[in-house]
Amino acid sequence: MAKITLTATKTPELRLEAENISPDIFAGKSVAEIAQLHVFVGKESQKLGDYFEVAGESGSTAANTTIVINGDVSRVKYIGMKMTDGEVIINGDADMYVGAWMSGGKITANGSVDAFSGLGMTGGELTVKGNAGNYLGAAYRGDWRGMQGGIIRVSGNAGSDIGTFMRGGTIIIGGNVDVHVGTHMEGGTIIVKGDAKSRVGGQMVKGEIYVFGDIEVMMPGFQYRKDVDIEVDGTEGSFALYEGDIGERHGKKKGETIYGQLYMKY
Amino acid sequence: MADYIIRNGFVFDPILGINGDIMDVAVKDGKIVDAGDVTKATEIDASGMTVMAAGVDVHAHVAGPKVNVGRNFRPEDKLFSCSPRSGIKRMEAGFSVPTTIRTGYLYARMGFGFSMEAAMPPLYARHTHEEIVDTPIIDQGALPVFGNNWFVLEYIKENEVENTAAYIAWLLAQTKGYGVKCVNPGGTESWGWGMNCETVDDVVPYFDVTPRQIVDGLIAANEMLGLPHCMHVHGNSLGEPGNYGVTLDTLKIAEGHKPNNEFGRESVLHHTHLQFHCYGGESYASKSFESKSKEVMEYVNSTDNITFDLGVVTLDETTTMTADGPFEFHLSHMNNLKWANTDVELETAAGVVPFIYNPKTFIAGAQWAIGLELGLLIKDPMKAYITTDAPNAGPLMRYPRVYKWLMSAKARDDMLDNVLKYGDSVRERCYIGELDREISLYELAMMTRAGPAKTLGLSHMFGSLKAGLEGDVVVYPYNPESDTDDPEKIEYAFGNCNTLLKGGELIVKDGEVVSNGKQKRTFWVNAKTNENPVVERDISEKFKRYYTVTQNNYAVEGHHYVPNPYVIEVDATK
Repeated sequence: MAKITLTATKTPELRLEAENISPDIFAGKSVAEIAQLHVFVGKESQKLGDYFEVAGESGSTAANTTIVINGDVSRVKYIGMKMTDGEVIINGDADMYVGAWMSGGKITANGSVDAFSGLGMTGGELTVKGNAGNYLGAAYRGDWRGMQGGIIRVSGNAGSDIGTFMRGGTIIIGGNVDVHVGTHMEGGTIIVKGDAKSRVGGQMVKGEIYVFGDIEVMMPGFQYRKDVDIEVDGTEGSFALYEGDIGERHGKKKGETIYGQLYMKY
Repeated sequence: MADYIIRNGFVFDPILGINGDIMDVAVKDGKIVDAGDVTKATEIDASGMTVMAAGVDVHAHVAGPKVNVGRNFRPEDKLFSCSPRSGIKRMEAGFSVPTTIRTGYLYARMGFGFSMEAAMPPLYARHTHEEIVDTPIIDQGALPVFGNNWFVLEYIKENEVENTAAYIAWLLAQTKGYGVKCVNPGGTESWGWGMNCETVDDVVPYFDVTPRQIVDGLIAANEMLGLPHCMHVHGNSLGEPGNYGVTLDTLKIAEGHKPNNEFGRESVLHHTHLQFHCYGGESYASKSFESKSKEVMEYVNSTDNITFDLGVVTLDETTTMTADGPFEFHLSHMNNLKWANTDVELETAAGVVPFIYNPKTFIAGAQWAIGLELGLLIKDPMKAYITTDAPNAGPLMRYPRVYKWLMSAKARDDMLDNVLKYGDSVRERCYIGELDREISLYELAMMTRAGPAKTLGLSHMFGSLKAGLEGDVVVYPYNPESDTDDPEKIEYAFGNCNTLLKGGELIVKDGEVVSNGKQKRTFWVNAKTNENPVVERDISEKFKRYYTVTQNNYAVEGHHYVPNPYVIEVDATK
């Protein structure tokens, strides 16, 4: 697999909007052509090469192109946006919108990522070794199509509003999360290994949320149904099953009303 | 102002009876003149291209509060549809509810010179005019809504046509409005009681009046005033399976009414987005949903005082917005997406809901077919105008795609065979499969410029290349002799005109917008009536008792909100 290495050479004065850092865009381009791709800094359009040293070789297609990003990209947004295939490895922290609207391929962030990562994602894998910000796997502002497929795995903590309007796919958080998890959720799975604060599953229609730790304040729209023994992401345990959000509309399948399911580990 | 001569194009002008002749068209001092009357004109080479008068849009929602609500509550509509400023062009954004700037540029690129905003809530007329002023290039007007207005309901209940007319004249002057629009007559008001008017004989609660009376009364008042445009109706039970009977009942109300105006208009009733009103069957869920376009068109073809527009579904994700409040409520419960609504005091209501016409569903495919059938079944294309009820059945930018479907049976077959999932069912339960008519460029000119200009009472200004008319001329990069093989060329050409002259000013040159236009005007109708103390007293009373604003704060101050007006004077004192 061909590998392109981007090494950050200077810190942008404003946030760098670099939606061109994607295997789909890099594929088939020479190092010089990649350095000429545009990035936005505020209202100005500049060159990727102004901020990164570009080395290595790109593959002929996105699928056989790997991008390795070294140095400080904590002020670089949109890494891997809309990518369909290939791989991106970020050796450090990245700014917002990592893997937003991605439909395939793999992104590994060895540091943390900021808000809106995996936004509206439909496929592929996003792995974050550090923490994730707010609106992870959520919907774009105003949209009703949050994460629809693929998998997001965060080793550390995540912020608030995880999986808003989520419709499919899986989000696994190793640590704790802030308020608002799975708001308006219509499908998919969210697993929180640590604690959650308040408003988990508010206006949830369908889908599953698993919380291994505590929920500080439970939504009043969830009703306890029964205890179940299940395996969740490799961990076996007893969970209390709650269904909700009772105040929301719910469809029926074979005469049975379908609710969102919230599992809390004993 | 420079003079222009457009040389050697294939000219289509149904008013002059010119059908593809190679001729020159000249514009001098902003007006069309005979080619021999210009001497030092800038020459535009239109050889191998199609030349027409600029388009006239009879019905679109492009300015005003509900359009702006659509923009505000759909940031995702602009997400990937934004183009930055470049040259003289300002930033454009939005797909189904474009910004004012994009609206102006879209019309310019499609070769339009005039657009009628189809529903203006009188109380929010100021906002409508602010957006009209912000929309570059095209001339515009706006139709205030009357079909659920308390004054109208009360006067019509008592058969007081003269008072209705006096009130209409007053409101047009207050709001700088152009004509009489009527949306879901009575039904929107009934919604305030949690009800609707589903047939023309359902009674509006409290007011004790029926949609039949409202439509009849508004037509009578419209003709009493002699307004340039006829009564413009969006009937009851829009979008309901089985509604074609209600539609026929509505259309038949025009029987017995005669046009009375000095503008050459022959229609007394314009029924808008007729596609949504030609459904058979019992419900969307049943297998009985079917097209009734032929039944409705048999009636339309047999009368001469009715016009309509198509409202073709373009199978896009769009934003619906209408003063038919109960319908939007109903729609929001079908797709469970976000919904905004408002009640406009004594006047009207409105709702906004995003909607996806999914080509994988039978219903959306049938809706697409029904809209096109109306255009293909019309005998006299001067009575049928091409719209998408933008953005309700489809975004404004899809007009050229609709032309392609109407002009090419091959393009329709491709949709039925390869795009629609239930193409066979659509062929079975709609009439589209048996229609092989292809709309000609001459007919297209009737359906997009000559016809709408006539029914809007603007044929003395727009819709033709007759000497003396406004210098609105468009050149499309379409060769009617050699480009007929590929329907995609139609869509491209009518969405990307080569040249547009608006009022004699060069707006589009070689396919690029080169001017934001200096002459943009707002059209409104000032109807002079005899003094009517009863109506004056009623207005004053209603403002004191019910309105949240005073009468003094109601009027649209022309000098501020309508800085460049074009006032059409009507004398109804006799």
